[in-house]
Amino acid sequence: MSTLTLPHGILSMPPHPSAPPAHHPGEPLLLDYAGGALGEGASLAIATHLALCPACRHTVREMEAAGGALLEELEPEPLEPGGLERLLARLDEAPAEPPRRLPPSIQTGAPFLPPFLPEPLRGRLARLWRGGPGEGDLSGLPWRRSMPGLAYVNIPTNGGARTRLLRLQGGSALPEHTHHGIELALVLRGGFSDEFHQFLPGDIGVGDDAVTHRPVADPEGCLCLSVADGEIRMTGSIGRFLNRFIRV
Amino acid sequence: MQHSRLHPGPLPGRPSPGAPARPGHAHADHAHTQRGHCAALARRPRLLFNAPMRNTDQPGAAPSSFTAAAPSEESAEALLLAVGRRQDRAAFASLFAQFAPRLKAYLRRLGSDAGAAEELAQEVMLLVWRRAETFDPAQASAATWIFTIARNKRIDALRREQRPEIDLDDPALVPDPVEDAESALSAAQASGRLRDALGGLPPEQAVLLRMAYFEDKPHSTIATETGIPLGTVKSRLRLAMDRLRKSLRDAG
Ligand SMILES: [Zn+2]
Repeated sequence: MSTLTLPHGILSMPPHPSAPPAHHPGEPLLLDYAGGALGEGASLAIATHLALCPACRHTVREMEAAGGALLEELEPEPLEPGGLERLLARLDEAPAEPPRRLPPSIQTGAPFLPPFLPEPLRGRLARLWRGGPGEGDLSGLPWRRSMPGLAYVNIPTNGGARTRLLRLQGGSALPEHTHHGIELALVLRGGFSDEFHQFLPGDIGVGDDAVTHRPVADPEGCLCLSVADGEIRMTGSIGRFLNRFIRV
Repeated sequence: MQHSRLHPGPLPGRPSPGAPARPGHAHADHAHTQRGHCAALARRPRLLFNAPMRNTDQPGAAPSSFTAAAPSEESAEALLLAVGRRQDRAAFASLFAQFAPRLKAYLRRLGSDAGAAEELAQEVMLLVWRRAETFDPAQASAATWIFTIARNKRIDALRREQRPEIDLDDPALVPDPVEDAESALSAAQASGRLRDALGGLPPEQAVLLRMAYFEDKPHSTIATETGIPLGTVKSRLRLAMDRLRKSLRDAG
């Protein structure tokens, strides 16, 4: 188990960031997510940002409304005969269950995870929990070390993306790297900065290979979700972060 | 590396080595779908659709209004409410007639063959029946609600993954700011305006918008396959979305 720790207190700060996020995924990624075209790793980062960002949630709801309108105006495809009757028969076999309205900590069975971790990331981490000395401090996750000041947990996702929870000690700078595709970095606690911007909890950095710069964890350290997806390209984005975080 | 999402046919990929087993996902992921990661989208008041529906069956509404089969003036929202509140099978049959053929078309456009699309459309309609109770017309139109169920079910079934979704009951979720109710449209009004706005889109925007929703391709893949520069794809899609959003926001 990793001995890397974040400074005392960073995990027990109030559950919600004090300000709305300043860095968003941008409309192309939100539309890819709303339309269902985004891979699982990138979708996990986008959806977890949505939990922290009412503005992007609103945009996605509008995009889903457009999806509903497009569905309505599709040319109907003739059905095989008897489809409705077959389905009506199944309604009796499988009576509706009442929808669950349990708190996520019960739904995911993960009261041991810190309260600030939103769904859907929370549920994914809960599957990886293997027990540990403490509760609420992430110590029961399967941390790995790759370089001084950096630890990570691999989160299995389909589609070839690399999805990781990263923990950086304050002041850690990451080596440079080139990559193909995009990288997403969603800050969960603490933050990181580059020459141009500071990224705080709820912020998502979207990077590609167009710009090179060196992100450095803020003094209190940084906990973030990072996703590298080689299938997605961006143009005019603000630089890449994650490969330096994870391919070291 | 080729990714299964580019090949939306039946089960092209294999699950990641560490992914949890999802036995029988194509037909029987009931336990997981009951977790409500789709239905959760429709639980809480939202920014977009706050006004009450015209056709909600308030106490005192004529109880017979939903029992006739498919009266053409009955809105899909009213039919869905009748299913959710009374398990009204006639209303469900009307919804099936309206949506199942379009769901089949949606799934075929996304690469399923006719048989698989028919099967999956049935599964989506079964989820519509089971989750109708959670439908709230103040939050989404019936078509939007059904679209999100179909989108998620397709991903769950064909890609062997559980689509990551927010949970509106999550205490860690940052709540919406209080909305100005006057600016909100009913879901039915919003649907009508969106359809009008779609009809008015320039063809080069409309084509790309349909690709974004119906071809399972991120922007970057659309650009590669159409030969249209990525920047142009993005700007056309942005113009299209701006136009659709403007139709929702502008009064009259
Ligand atoms: Zn945002």
